[in-house]
Amino acid sequence: MSFNIIVLAKQVPDTRNVGKDAMKEDGTINRAALPAIFNPEDLNALEQALRIKDANPGSTVTVLTMGLPRAAEIVREAMYRGADAGIVLTDRPFGGADTLATSYSLAQAVKKFGNYDLILGGRQAIDGDTAQVGPQIAEKLGIPQITYAEEIVDLNPKDIAVKRRLEHGVETVKAPLPCVVTVNGTAADCRPRNAMRVMKYKYAASPSEKAALPAERQKLLEERPYLNINEWNAAFVEADPAQIGLPGSPTKVKTVVNVVFTAKENLRLENNDEQLENLIKDLIANHTIG
Amino acid sequence: MANFYTDNPDLRHHLHHPMMEKIVELKERNYTDAEKYDYAPLNFEDAMDNYERVLEIVGELCGGIIAENAEGIDHEGPTVKNGRVTYASGTQANLEACRKAGLMGMAMPRRLGGLNFPITPYIMAADIVSRADAAFENLWGLQDCAETLYEFGDEDQKQRYIPRVCQGETMSMDLTEPDAGSDLQRVMLKATKKEDGSWVLNGVKRFITNGDSDIHLVLARSEEGTTDGRGLSMFVYDKRNGGVNVRRIENKMGIKGSPTCELTYKNAPCELVGDTRMGLIKYVMALMNGARLGIAAQAVGISEIAYREALAYAKDRKQFGKAIIEMMPVSEILSIMKAKLDASRCLLYETARYVDMYKLYEDIAKERQLELSERQEMKADKKIADALTPLVKGMGSEFANQNAYDCIQIHGGSGFMKDYACERVYRDARITSIYEGTTQLQVVAAIRHCLSGTYKSIIESYAAQEVKPELQAVKETLARMAELYLAAVANVSEIKNQEYTDFMARRLVEMAAYTIMGYLMMLDANRNDSFMRSLHVWMNYAQAEVEKHADFIARVKPDQLEYYKA
Repeated sequence: MSFNIIVLAKQVPDTRNVGKDAMKEDGTINRAALPAIFNPEDLNALEQALRIKDANPGSTVTVLTMGLPRAAEIVREAMYRGADAGIVLTDRPFGGADTLATSYSLAQAVKKFGNYDLILGGRQAIDGDTAQVGPQIAEKLGIPQITYAEEIVDLNPKDIAVKRRLEHGVETVKAPLPCVVTVNGTAADCRPRNAMRVMKYKYAASPSEKAALPAERQKLLEERPYLNINEWNAAFVEADPAQIGLPGSPTKVKTVVNVVFTAKENLRLENNDEQLENLIKDLIANHTIG
Repeated sequence: MANFYTDNPDLRHHLHHPMMEKIVELKERNYTDAEKYDYAPLNFEDAMDNYERVLEIVGELCGGIIAENAEGIDHEGPTVKNGRVTYASGTQANLEACRKAGLMGMAMPRRLGGLNFPITPYIMAADIVSRADAAFENLWGLQDCAETLYEFGDEDQKQRYIPRVCQGETMSMDLTEPDAGSDLQRVMLKATKKEDGSWVLNGVKRFITNGDSDIHLVLARSEEGTTDGRGLSMFVYDKRNGGVNVRRIENKMGIKGSPTCELTYKNAPCELVGDTRMGLIKYVMALMNGARLGIAAQAVGISEIAYREALAYAKDRKQFGKAIIEMMPVSEILSIMKAKLDASRCLLYETARYVDMYKLYEDIAKERQLELSERQEMKADKKIADALTPLVKGMGSEFANQNAYDCIQIHGGSGFMKDYACERVYRDARITSIYEGTTQLQVVAAIRHCLSGTYKSIIESYAAQEVKPELQAVKETLARMAELYLAAVANVSEIKNQEYTDFMARRLVEMAAYTIMGYLMMLDANRNDSFMRSLHVWMNYAQAEVEKHADFIARVKPDQLEYYKA
């Protein structure tokens, strides 16, 4: 048996290495100061997909990502680790999307892709931390969803069993295929890049990248179809312009405040009830608690 | 997480040596594989880009899990039960990562499932792995054995075994026995040819690194009644066939993650590799030369980690109100550590390039007859490679030990505790000047090249190269060092006393090594200013060492030898 798997992935700024110039004056992210990386939990999802492929020869793993054209970088990264192909969903009108518009756009791409058995994605992206996109895609496609996945314990052409990592323990659930599974960072780490695959796929390019390449590299892309990364726009996935990008995003950012934590004065309390009680009253009065 | 390739720009410098263009062109047979293999390079730049990208994978794995697992592996170590070895859990994870990353058959040809890398970038990977964990390098580096199988096995053996190695099965070279260590001619393991023409092995091997490997190369006595090296043949044993058990694993001082096994062979079925009687004199000699280069790489990697640990501690540790690195005695030690590291590394890659060159011609000779000029070049390159290999193994491993010692010294009392990586590095370094031939045996191999003039001609070829004006003074000093070296060789030769030559051999070899490394560092500095500082530190150090030896040789004559006898 073989499975067609879509892995949802996002290129994100590396918020784990935030320096002092990570935010601009106006409170928006200074993307230039942060390297763009493969969202970490999406790598966990990719590993789950590749394990399915290892165990079920003939399966395919396709990476689907929405973002700027440069998101083709993470498609290549996925290819180095074992993905077969990739789609970059990119178009100006997609810009400024919140989770609702993002999940709509991705769901449209999934519909366009068609024949799939399983959609895997990371639990959440480190730039937004919403964990909403995966579940919303499942809703829009009308298929089941399993979140907080740590391990796929069984997969057959009919259904999938998944161990979920929850706050107070684990549970194993089963869902019919096709379905969406979002994977936790506690799942197995993604395998490293493979030397042969790096050499094979390093020249993979999307159409917009291809346009900027010298003639011999363009020729290589024509001779080797597997090097072509798909690039889909809004019209291609038949997206309703009102439901994508800014117009499709009910979430509006009101203000962003650059909060700088500074050490304040210390308060030294004696070990008695009276002083503790006074402290609690103060904290309630200044709305720190309560 | 650190990337041990990209965080060390010296590696990139050595990879991009001018000789690489020729090496890659030969290795890739003018880039004809690109039609057959989707991962073969299209041209020189593409090939170099491939090497860099793969070394980045090596660097990432090493800076990540391999370095992180090193301490745990050192504590846990491998275990043996019912004749089978279980690696430490960290070792298992490292091996799995290397398999998944496809780093197990780097130098093997594509048709056998390898990456078809030249020796030079493969040795660079070994250098990087050793910085992360010298013990793991032993297991990973045994993929070298596939090279021997590739060179001397028949096509059927290559097809059956080498793809398995590329897929990640491990290898071992079963050479030493209780009474045959440095003196391999004494090997007694018995190979018996049965009536059906197949072979079986019986006997014991000792000190076998990774002795429970999947595929063993075994040196055994096939000619009954013989007692010397000419009665020995090489065999390949497949663990799947059974017959070899691990009796015990040694409790070692260092490289504890690498299982050192005592093996018993009971009618173990095996296959002859190549011709009988050629086992030691031809195949093991080739195997050992490859392994010595691997140990040199391990030593350089250990020098690197020793230097880095010492540097980091010296910057961090404050005494008398300042970081200890700001104190001259400490910064002098660090400077000399760096100079020794750089000197051994430039010799490592110079050697690797010449090994690449002659092995490439040998390999091409299997496909077509070489032109006369190619044959001459092969012969010349092999001579240089054979001369440089014992130098870099000997000097590189001694420097690794010295750097590990100094690393502890810089850590002071803390270095004597088990809390810092330096104590593991110190223990791991110790074996490098012992196995694959002790430093004393490297001297035996190298002294020939002192007396025959190989080093002299190598030095002359470096001296003939033009350098920029600011390096002229260095070049003149090197010429003086070369003169002292040649005069010392002449002094020792003239006396025509074998015992005296043996006594002075180490000094002569070291003089050659200091001078050759000086030239190589000068040429590196000529290409890249970042080596300038290290070059000057090296020159002060090396010149003093050469003068010291010259003085000793001039002063101490054969009449003194009596005092040194047991």
